[in-house]
Amino acid sequence: MQESDTTLLMAQQPRSGLSRFYTDLLGRRVFKFLLALHGVGAFALITFGVLLRKFSVARGVIRPLIAREISRAGVKLLPMFLFASLAMGFLIIGQAAPWVSKVGGENTFLGDIMAIVVVRELGPLLTAFLVLARVGTASVVELGTARAMGEVESLEALGIDPVHYFVVPRVIGMAVGIFSLTVYLILGTVGSGYLWAFVQDVPLQPGDYFNQLAGALSYLDFILLALKTCAFGCIIAIVTCYHGLAQPLQLDQISNATVRAVGQSLIACVLLDALFIIAYLAL
Amino acid sequence: MNDFATIPPQTLALEMRGLAVASMKNPNVTVAADVNWTVHAGEFWVVGAPQHSGKSDFLMTAGGIMSPAAGEFTFLGEAMPIFEESRMAHRLKLGFVFDGGQLLGSLTIAENIALPLRYHSKLTETEIESRVTELLTVTGLTPFADNTPVNVARSWQQRAGLARALALSPEVLLLDSPLTGLDVRHTVWWLAFLGELVKGHRIAGAKPMTLVATADDLRPWRRRANRVACLSGGKFLPLGEWSAVDASREAVVQELLQD
Repeated sequence: MQESDTTLLMAQQPRSGLSRFYTDLLGRRVFKFLLALHGVGAFALITFGVLLRKFSVARGVIRPLIAREISRAGVKLLPMFLFASLAMGFLIIGQAAPWVSKVGGENTFLGDIMAIVVVRELGPLLTAFLVLARVGTASVVELGTARAMGEVESLEALGIDPVHYFVVPRVIGMAVGIFSLTVYLILGTVGSGYLWAFVQDVPLQPGDYFNQLAGALSYLDFILLALKTCAFGCIIAIVTCYHGLAQPLQLDQISNATVRAVGQSLIACVLLDALFIIAYLAL
Repeated sequence: MNDFATIPPQTLALEMRGLAVASMKNPNVTVAADVNWTVHAGEFWVVGAPQHSGKSDFLMTAGGIMSPAAGEFTFLGEAMPIFEESRMAHRLKLGFVFDGGQLLGSLTIAENIALPLRYHSKLTETEIESRVTELLTVTGLTPFADNTPVNVARSWQQRAGLARALALSPEVLLLDSPLTGLDVRHTVWWLAFLGELVKGHRIAGAKPMTLVATADDLRPWRRRANRVACLSGGKFLPLGEWSAVDASREAVVQELLQD
């Protein structure tokens, strides 16, 4: 049935039929969401099982793959993150300094604002989104193509676990990459933030600025930052690998798989971030 | 007469009892049912089947890559498929050559061939390089060693798939349509090389190898393979020697032998 026919039918439906249509639609959506959650969850358990069980298996093959993934999801993105950190420092200080100066707090609050906005929230989340856009999408395309070209069966024929070969290096690489890039992004943003404050003639000494930063941070911030960034890396790697590898794909299905992987990774990262906020508030 | 018909049957290489083979693309579809088949060590089987009749699914099930839909089968006396790490050494006695090679696109030809050695063996890098060089030489792939598969013609990719499967010196080798799409020069090379493998090639430790190849044309195999089976319409017919093939009145057999 055509879309327009459905719309016409919906318009002619009595009120109870219309609400039934929407409840059915909602039910289907919820059911699809639960199925996707089940699939990704099972894939994550398999991946962590393989990671632990085969930690020391075939290191000569897996280590170079991990190094390649760290390079892709870390080292090669450094120039982009340098630019992002300059922009973030400019945006945050550029927006915050005029408002803070209205209440005479430019000497006391800029460091705190940086700590709250960049260290706790924007730094890890922005890093995860940028890595997802630059590396996660490429990963789905690569793995989808590998799946469509029969490389998974090829590995199985050679007695090589495809999860060990394709997924484990990506999980480790993205976890390390996102953690490292977040640290660089935070350091760059904090530095460029002070630079922009200096350019805007904010009367703030470097020592005061970094004292404010240090005062606003606790050991918990560093622990949660490390946990959160590694978890973002694992989530992005697992969701993108799941969509590229877990089901047989034809070449023309790869673009749809990429769109699904990006959407689900974004939602999963935001939900995890919300969990970390709750954990932070509770602790 | 073929050259190897006199090899006495020894140990069982593969044995299938009541096996049902499902399609990989659609697991609800059965491509072969009630398969009863015995392959002895040292035999060279060719399984003829028309295109799209499930040859690859059949061979992948025989190779333990796919689980059978029903029935049971053994490989050198052990139940298949084998996925457990503890039985992997046994599983690696079986080599598999895919139609077109199915090489890893991110690796060069030499790296593809070295992959099973790097993953499974405890050889040093020098020993691995020496073994890879040897495999590249016997398969004529030396000029393409540093190329990625996409930059190499399909017929050479097929050979690289063979070299990769031979890297660990398997005892049984399954080949999915090895002659498909090859010109005369490559076809002649493949038939001669497979003949040497059955007799015992130095690249595989000079031990006679058991071969099973699928084909959609039986004619090139007449003087090479010593056992023939056919697969068509969901039925698997293990015909045996060529005399049985010539005596068969099955339509699929006639079709696969047609000029």
